[in-house]
Amino acid sequence: MTELAAQGAQTAHPPGLRHHFDDMTQQFEAGNLGMWVFLVTEILFFGGLFAGYAIYRSLYFPGFEAGSRLLDVRFGAANTAVLIGSSLTMALAIRAAQTGNRKAQVTYLILTMMLGAAFLGIKFTFEWAHDFREHLVPGFGFAYDGPYASNVQLFFCFYFFMTGLHALHMIVGIGILTVLTVLAARGRFSPEYYTPLEVSGLYWHFVDIVWIFLFPLLYLIGGRYALGGGH
Amino acid sequence: MSPHVVPVRVYVGIFVALLLLTGLTTGVAFVDLGALNTVVALAIAVAKMLLVILFFMHVRYSSGLTRIVILAGFLWLAILITLTLSDVWTRQWTPRPSGWDSSEIVTPR
Repeated sequence: MTELAAQGAQTAHPPGLRHHFDDMTQQFEAGNLGMWVFLVTEILFFGGLFAGYAIYRSLYFPGFEAGSRLLDVRFGAANTAVLIGSSLTMALAIRAAQTGNRKAQVTYLILTMMLGAAFLGIKFTFEWAHDFREHLVPGFGFAYDGPYASNVQLFFCFYFFMTGLHALHMIVGIGILTVLTVLAARGRFSPEYYTPLEVSGLYWHFVDIVWIFLFPLLYLIGGRYALGGGH
Repeated sequence: MSPHVVPVRVYVGIFVALLLLTGLTTGVAFVDLGALNTVVALAIAVAKMLLVILFFMHVRYSSGLTRIVILAGFLWLAILITLTLSDVWTRQWTPRPSGWDSSEIVTPR
């Protein structure tokens, strides 16, 4: 006991260390693990939608195919690139914290937020607003003349719920990034303590992964070749 | 604590690989592969997911405990989707016993 007390007196207490953790590594690991447990619940949260999508797509494939053709692949692909870019800047923001570069942290966090906002901008103004004018929003004057109309409507239900839930996660993410940017500017993060950045990064990358699956499942359903263009 | 600092060129390399895979999955969608279109699209999506998880999310450098939690999450997702689909897809396999046909009761339109 006295030995331990002596040891504690000798080694300087890291400023970010909470007393119930042995050291900074254990504290970081615990935070990281906790975030992953939350992300696992998120995987299953989105998983329910993906399972429902799989069922109805297999039952009503022609309708889903026709619905998918009404989406513009160019916007979907561009938004995928934007999100991947935001994941890169997020990773670089965390790296800046690891190397103790405060200015780079703030720059990369703001870039990440701007790319996230660009994604939402493309989604809302070019895609959802267009879909609304084309009467493709179920419950808001949905109208479709072609065959499998009710199945196309079902596809758009999935489209709006899945992209909507994803967009909601993006908005939450941008909110978290706003707080992080303020904290980073105040110099709260160091190579010894940057757990909030790391776990928020995990969340941001998770939202990116959801989109990585939504893009092919919603925009690229088989039969694109028959049209020869993404109109 | 000394964090594992990943070189910038690794992050940029992953970013470029993800962009190339996005282009590939978009291009392949315009080629008629039949049922393989879906398989290829999902395979590319899984490859992209692994790149993000391993490098951007630092799982390549994380502890075994974290990895087990992540794998358990995906295992449960697999159970959710497989069991649900195995129900829906096999309902027609067995004949309906006589008297079970409820077509006169159900199908409200």
